[in-house]
Amino acid sequence: MDVFIAIVQILDSTIRLSVPLLLACLAGLFSERSGIFDIGLEGKMLVGAFAGAAAASVFHSAFIGLGMAILISVAFAMVHGFASITHRGNQIVSGVAINFIAAGSTIILGQAWFQQGGRTPALQPGERFDAIVWPGAEAVRDVPIIGPIYAELISGHSLLVYLAFLMVPFTWWVLFRTRFGLRLRAVGENPAAVDTAGISVAWLRYRALICTGILTGVAGAYLSMVQNGGFVKDMTAGKGYIALAALIFAKWKPVNAMFACLLFGFLDAAAIRLQGSPLPIIGKVPVQFMQALPYILTVILLAGFIGKAIPPRAGGVPYVKER
Amino acid sequence: MAQAAIELIGINKSFGAVRANRDINLEIARGTIHGIVGENGAGKSTLMSILYGFYQADSGEIHVGGKPASIKTPNDAIALGIGMVHQHFMLVDNFSVLENIILGAESDALLKSSIAKARSELDRLEREYGLEVDPDAIIEELPVGLQQRVEILKALYRGAEILILDEPTGVLTPAEADHLFRILKQLKEQGKTVVLITHKLREIMAITDNVSVMRQGTMVATRETSKTTVGELAELMVGRRVLLRVEKGEAEAGAVKLAVKNLTVKDSRGVTMVDDISFDLRAGEIVGIAGVAGNGQSELLEAISGIRHAVSGSVMLDGKPIDLTGAADPGELRDRGLAHVPEDRHHVGLVLAFEENENSILGYHDDPRYLKGPFLNVDAIMADAKDKIEKYDIRPGNPRLKTANFSGGNQQKIVLAREMEQDPGVLIVGQPTRGVDVGAIEFIHKRLIAMRDQGKAVLVVSVELDEIRSLSDRILVMFAGRIVGERGPEATEGELGLLMAGVERQEAAL
Ligand SMILES: Nc1ncnc2c1ncn2[C@@H]1O[C@H](COP(=O)(O)OP(=O)(O)O)[C@@H](O)[C@H]1O
Ligand SMILES: [Mg+2]
Repeated sequence: MDVFIAIVQILDSTIRLSVPLLLACLAGLFSERSGIFDIGLEGKMLVGAFAGAAAASVFHSAFIGLGMAILISVAFAMVHGFASITHRGNQIVSGVAINFIAAGSTIILGQAWFQQGGRTPALQPGERFDAIVWPGAEAVRDVPIIGPIYAELISGHSLLVYLAFLMVPFTWWVLFRTRFGLRLRAVGENPAAVDTAGISVAWLRYRALICTGILTGVAGAYLSMVQNGGFVKDMTAGKGYIALAALIFAKWKPVNAMFACLLFGFLDAAAIRLQGSPLPIIGKVPVQFMQALPYILTVILLAGFIGKAIPPRAGGVPYVKER
Repeated sequence: MAQAAIELIGINKSFGAVRANRDINLEIARGTIHGIVGENGAGKSTLMSILYGFYQADSGEIHVGGKPASIKTPNDAIALGIGMVHQHFMLVDNFSVLENIILGAESDALLKSSIAKARSELDRLEREYGLEVDPDAIIEELPVGLQQRVEILKALYRGAEILILDEPTGVLTPAEADHLFRILKQLKEQGKTVVLITHKLREIMAITDNVSVMRQGTMVATRETSKTTVGELAELMVGRRVLLRVEKGEAEAGAVKLAVKNLTVKDSRGVTMVDDISFDLRAGEIVGIAGVAGNGQSELLEAISGIRHAVSGSVMLDGKPIDLTGAADPGELRDRGLAHVPEDRHHVGLVLAFEENENSILGYHDDPRYLKGPFLNVDAIMADAKDKIEKYDIRPGNPRLKTANFSGGNQQKIVLAREMEQDPGVLIVGQPTRGVDVGAIEFIHKRLIAMRDQGKAVLVVSVELDEIRSLSDRILVMFAGRIVGERGPEATEGELGLLMAGVERQEAAL
């Protein structure tokens, strides 16, 4: 039974750890499906995390925090749009610039406003999104098998966790069942086809980036207002890049994205859990190796173990009709 | 004459320095099939894209159905009942036929009802026009002929009354083209107006009511099809250019330098561009390849110079084969004495961001003359560049100037100087004087003839008939990927024009 409990606990932290990846991955899915590469997921998450924690602690409201996180993250997405859609700039350069601005500005503003070495004040109850305990969770906890699964895995997460997983079918529905989704997919494949069909390519791509900004904002808010009770500098720690890897791994499909993010989350959870404890046969695995495992796996997967991943065909190329 | 469906008045359009349309006037009668012919680059697509709202004219007016219309986006055009089948299809390759058809014409925010509506509407169009296509097929899995049908359906689905087709037959087999023409005739019978762009004169004669000819951005003539001839159209299309004939003596053809045998080349879509071509090029002669642009000349040149994959056949340079996989080492070919002045000097011949002196040795930069140990010998390169500038009268005569700042003609001279001064045994030149002013043309022609007189073998591909006639010792005419005739330099323009239009071949086939 001990093993079973351990597994449930690992899976529980898998869910918690995969949420920011999943939100960022779906965010990237919107922009990349529209033909805009977005390496700035990381930066947008970071400003979202900062804005969320800062606003929540100043206004004493988790929802104001979330709103602010989304607002600022969308604003950064619009900067990316202005550079890469309106001015047809290089999307990678613009994305990298956003990451740098995010990393620098959050520290400077954090220090200037709160004088805590770049941190925001620890969030109090009501300023955070707390765990929602489902009815009967405590009562069934001792029922074998089902009990722990219900109490640990299904119940007891914050609102944003459920939101993140609900975003998966929602994203799929938007993409494949609505007019907006059809046009979004089309503009990422062949913007000229969209243009000649009488639809504005630029406006469509801006709307895709707004979706991206909303989702990275929520992802950032999750980091600083759920996973951690406040903002810490550089707290995204490369999650935006892992999300991009997951996106490729998922071949730009929402349901695949969920599984890819769960896999990465699981590796992370397993790494934390197994740190220092010996494994059968292999013996004691160095901590560093376990920590590096998700990245090693990413490299191996990206090196072609997932079959051919065909990105949206117009991805990364500014739409120019007159040379 | 019937009422005008469309009237274009004084349309001008420039792309940077290129004037794609100059002061164009055109009237298209309702319920007719109106052809527009012209060589590649004449500005046909640009003009039609302006009518469709894809490009904005710099100046000019458009009247639709007798009323002034403001067409700023394709949406405006669609609302006015104008539909267009573009030269390069505007389809989303991994979408289904239905998805492509409803894109931009969805009935509401959810797809379900749009798809259902499109399915039944498609059914009706299919029955009405014989435009059959599986609505659930994925575009990239369909042959080009069917993809084109989807484009036509897309326009009809949007209620097009005026249908523009930009070079629709370029990608079609003759049977598919015939089917397309039947459909177009049917559309006309239903009162729709069709604008057909092509550079194939046979098609114009077969199906259009009126025809307009474009050349270098201008509208040179409009004729009733029944009152014109292929010969006249060919002449209007190519145009006469006053050109000073360069004096030259008899050729003294020597040994075979380049032997092309049964060469066949396909383009990326799998369409045969060069069809089983064979010819010899001898030392001391200039062979000219004439033809309306787009009949396989470019592909032939690229295959011979080793930069395009040939499906079959062989090319022998001095008796030894050239690698035809498309991956030939250009350096090796240069060492073997094959120099190539590409048609598209901007993309293939020059690095525009480089200084003139760098471009004047590009590709030969490993030559010991230009090296000092592992480094470039800047002094030698500059001296060499100055020498070429003088000899070829390249202006401005500053080897440090960025190549992009030279005019087209002078850029061409930079490439020519580089290739000719290497003293190659075989020189292949594509469009030697495209975009070059008259003075420079004469100079370039003289240099080419001087090369010949030194016993070099020269192959010239040009769409300018005058140039071919004044340079060549032998003229090969290409049409639809084949050599349809060989003539001497005394051949008349009319005779060559007919060959270029594929007329003789067609008559032979009848
Ligand atoms: N989008 C564009 N940007 C810049 N130049 C263009 C563009 N489209 C066409 N041109 C130039 O305009 C001229 C006319 O081109 P086009 O209208 O395509 O000719 P055609 O259809 O008769 O072959 C050419 O010189 C071409 O290079
Ligand atoms: Mg064209």
